[in-house]
Amino acid sequence: MHPVLKLLTQRIALGLVLMLAASVMIFAGTQILPGDVAQSILGQSATPQSLANLRAELGLNDPAWLRYFRWLGAALQGDLGTALTNKQDIATSMGLRLGNTLFLAFWAALISVPTAILLGLIAVRYQGRWPDKLISGVTLATVSVPEFLLGYIVMFYLAVKFRAFPSVATVYDSMSLGEKLNAIALPVIVLVLVVLGHMMRMTRAAILNVMQSAYVETAELKGLRPFTVIARHAFPNAIAPVVNVVMINLAYLVVGVVVVEVVFVYPGMGQYLVDHVSKRDVPVVQACGLVFAAVYIGLNMLADVISILANPRLRHPK
Amino acid sequence: MSDELNWILKQAATGRLSRRGFIGRASALGVTALAANTMLAGAVRAEGPKKGGTLKIGMGGGESTNTLDPALAASQVPFHNARAFGEPLVDVTPDGGLEMRLAESVDSTPDAKVWSFRIRKGVEFHNGKTVTPDDVLATFQRHSDEKAQSGALGIMQGIESMKVDGDNLVVTLATANADLPYLMSDYHLMIQPDGGRDNPAAGIGAGAFKVVSDEPGVRVVYEKFANYWDTSRGHFDSVEFLVINDATARMAALQSGQVHIANRVEPKVAGLLSRAPGLAVKNVSGHGHYVFIMHCNTAPFDNNDLRMALKHAIDRQEMVDKILAGYGSIGNDMPINKSYPLFDDTIAQREFDLDKAAAYYKASGHDGSPIILRTADGAFPGAVDAAALFQQSAAKAGIPLEIKREPNDGYWSEVWNKQPFCASYWGGRPVQDQMYSTAYLSDADWNDTRFFNPQFDGLILQARGELDEAKRKALYSEAGLMVRDEGGLICPMFNDFIEAVSDEVQGWVVDGTQEIMNGLAPHKCWFA
Repeated sequence: MHPVLKLLTQRIALGLVLMLAASVMIFAGTQILPGDVAQSILGQSATPQSLANLRAELGLNDPAWLRYFRWLGAALQGDLGTALTNKQDIATSMGLRLGNTLFLAFWAALISVPTAILLGLIAVRYQGRWPDKLISGVTLATVSVPEFLLGYIVMFYLAVKFRAFPSVATVYDSMSLGEKLNAIALPVIVLVLVVLGHMMRMTRAAILNVMQSAYVETAELKGLRPFTVIARHAFPNAIAPVVNVVMINLAYLVVGVVVVEVVFVYPGMGQYLVDHVSKRDVPVVQACGLVFAAVYIGLNMLADVISILANPRLRHPK
Repeated sequence: MSDELNWILKQAATGRLSRRGFIGRASALGVTALAANTMLAGAVRAEGPKKGGTLKIGMGGGESTNTLDPALAASQVPFHNARAFGEPLVDVTPDGGLEMRLAESVDSTPDAKVWSFRIRKGVEFHNGKTVTPDDVLATFQRHSDEKAQSGALGIMQGIESMKVDGDNLVVTLATANADLPYLMSDYHLMIQPDGGRDNPAAGIGAGAFKVVSDEPGVRVVYEKFANYWDTSRGHFDSVEFLVINDATARMAALQSGQVHIANRVEPKVAGLLSRAPGLAVKNVSGHGHYVFIMHCNTAPFDNNDLRMALKHAIDRQEMVDKILAGYGSIGNDMPINKSYPLFDDTIAQREFDLDKAAAYYKASGHDGSPIILRTADGAFPGAVDAAALFQQSAAKAGIPLEIKREPNDGYWSEVWNKQPFCASYWGGRPVQDQMYSTAYLSDADWNDTRFFNPQFDGLILQARGELDEAKRKALYSEAGLMVRDEGGLICPMFNDFIEAVSDEVQGWVVDGTQEIMNGLAPHKCWFA
């Protein structure tokens, strides 16, 4: 077996094990909460008799491990159960929200990742001079401002003052792509500003690390233009750390944007999860936890895979 | 009118051009200042209801866990949903009177025990079915069933039996209640085909607007129901509710013209917002009030002297000024104010009086240990600050209050109605009887002050069956005084409903029964 293939198989297997461990923790976490599903369903009208009936009906009297495998088995087949609060099918209603979240994350990533890398390259090219300082200063500032404040500032100027974009980013099926993009313009701007700095600085640091190498000096001595040296010779060797930080930020764009969702009234996963947590809707919380864990582990696994593939020493073993 | 004049007129009407700017530019086009002013007023307030348009309301108070089942409506957006697609039997008018909706008339026996509602004919549900007395009966039966978990269950429990008699629905009560028609105006009791038993969350009613799409916690879209029976209502082609829980985002949506009405304007920004162009801030005193509640049966609050000491140690005016920014009125330690029918306005206002507070405190013989007051941000807007103000004013009278801040999560299940002294709020009820029966009768489900007073119970029950309004008013006055002087309620303030409304919206009615004109803005308003 080719060593790269072996490494990749190992890495993917590890990801699956992690995923399984996460599902155990999610299930265990919701089990140790006081009260059970039957109590949440019946609420204040619970009598001992009705509780016992419902527990039997839902199979809550079975041992925990059996319920775990039943839940996991159903989840693997796409059946996440029904929400306790409004009796809607979780897979359907969460699917819509997940689609929205991915839509927002996709456009934010499409703008922020190339911009961050390009800015990182420029910052290295002009290291220590004003373009570098300007880029670092501005991106650090946008990272440091809390997201909600950034959201309000952008909203005040672009929505209320100049009416360039709508302040409410609600999207729905009957909208055309153009209308949707217009609606999500403000949250995309905010998210780009929030993730840009981290990725840019990591790119800059990783490339600067490589810039010390002898082969970069050789490239310079060959008479190549400084930007070509950075982009063609230094950057490919800095891909592994850059991919890692990009993936962490992509994962953040999917699982961590609840504040931005609230400010811009975007119907994504974060708001969906928070609503159901506050109503103790355990099946929905479990399902959301599972999806978030899958996104996080999946993206990190992807980062590792790309890092492995980007490493020539692993691709071409002696 | 020239195109240019038309254009600047529209700009000015939507607030993008100031009045002064408009007049200046209009004069440049040869229009006198007086004519320009008139023109602007005319553009902003067109005469009579105009048909058409899409009304968008930005609302706080909706979650992705909401359903369209009116029985389960407990927050703002589900309330407005029920109002939009549903039609009640009767309704409460802005001045507290009774309005016939699906009932054509209502009649009772002289003892107020048997009530007969004559059901309007020729009214259609959104699914094409005609409204019959059987549908009304089925609706009420569903809400009487504990399984439906209806918010109106408490109201329905007072009903002994119901039956259909020709065109009438006849309701027989266990004990007389002169307020029964008012109780039937409860927003949970929207009439649904076959009582909504087949699918209560389908959102099918007989209201002016028909559900087109419902995404819980995101938005609900309605279109005008073509066969709506009441031609004087429902001027918009369609109505959209956008759930915007973040207050700043809600105001921005209004200011940027994405919604026409925003509910729950925060008092601290209401003043600023009213200066923004193109919109108006509407506030109306309602039945809602912010309270501190003591359990009358738990030490140290089982001592009426201590309760009176605390009641005198709170600065009500300061609370209204600082917590409500003036958008409210002071309370009088009873859950009733002048916006209720049959309110006795001769009852003396309780004043902030440190000497009396200190004297009562001394008389109570309290050992001087700190009295724990529990509060949370979620108890009511500004509850933590209000508790701090209370602590300071009480300290001046020598009463040691200790504030214990509780998490919002679980406040209503773990603290309210469980702990002996905490901050809370009430949304109020349409009539006095319902307010007192919900929270002050000895056997009330939500007797959150643990007020057990047989004499008070007797007064309320007697008032229920009393058809002579003057006598009822006297009975309520006596009962109110009892709560004020012996109860566990400290009611410093009644909060206004504050909404921000675009100038495009015409026909606004002052109605404090519930927010946004008792939920009827989509029905009664129109676009300029």
